[in-house]
Amino acid sequence: MAKIIVEVMLKPEILDPQGQAVASALPRLGFTFAKSVRQGKRFEIEVDGDPTPAQMAEVEKAAETLLSNPVIETYVVKVEK
Amino acid sequence: MSFRVGVVTFPGSLDDRDAARAVQMAGGTAVPLFHASDDLKEVQAVVLPGGFSYGDYLRCGAIARFAPIMNSIVTAASHGFPVLGICNGFQVLCESHLLPGALTRNSNLHFLCRDQKLKIENTNTVWTSGFKPGQEIVIPLKNGEGSFQCDDETLKMLESEGRVIARYVDFDSNGSRNLIAGISNERGNVVGLMPHPEHAIEPLTGPSTDGLTFFTSALQQLVGR
Repeated sequence: MAKIIVEVMLKPEILDPQGQAVASALPRLGFTFAKSVRQGKRFEIEVDGDPTPAQMAEVEKAAETLLSNPVIETYVVKVEK
Repeated sequence: MSFRVGVVTFPGSLDDRDAARAVQMAGGTAVPLFHASDDLKEVQAVVLPGGFSYGDYLRCGAIARFAPIMNSIVTAASHGFPVLGICNGFQVLCESHLLPGALTRNSNLHFLCRDQKLKIENTNTVWTSGFKPGQEIVIPLKNGEGSFQCDDETLKMLESEGRVIARYVDFDSNGSRNLIAGISNERGNVVGLMPHPEHAIEPLTGPSTDGLTFFTSALQQLVGR
């Protein structure tokens, strides 16, 4: 069974206060590695067997219309076996 | 004859009753509309109320956009049908692409709840025609994701076409670009506003009665049609 992964991130120019809050919490816990943090979403979509090109096209459409808001976000679709 | 104004209830809507009450106080007949039906029940305008439709899952307003009632509203709005989206309703209008931009998390990460001063900047829309240009009003603001965001080009367009209908005054900012509190579509029939006019219609329960003018404006405009 394959998993289709859709990752959604805020566009770089859109302010991400949640990511900033995480970035400022890290040093308080002693983690000093982070220059900045941006927070996104990951969707794991299970399908039977290997995804067909038609299914991938549908996922692409869903990513563009529902899973992400193209006004503020970008997305990446990939497959994990 | 009194005009019929629909108020949509989505799962998780909170302010539908207050919006209906505001319509009645303004002299209209409030008609409850349900998300799962595409029937607009012959209303002449619609209010999308505040709240947390579908629990704000995914993004605020993102799932409400696909409700059957929204198909009817999007079609009607493109023909000049008046639509007011308040708070979550504004978020739904952006997700439906009836209005440009998007509402994101307040920059200070706080849920803001206060009486907020606004300046009315455009009085040519269906919902703001009863105000004086530049009029300052005070109505409640209550949201966690009220930061208006759009790209530079869209911002320039909104400003040059006078489509910013209200701006925050004396505000330490939620991150909204150009202190935008509300915008309209090109035609002025669709308006989205983050603060809540429906909570400012009576001296007993609101900081002012300024909010009522949004509703009386629309009813006045309907008379003229």
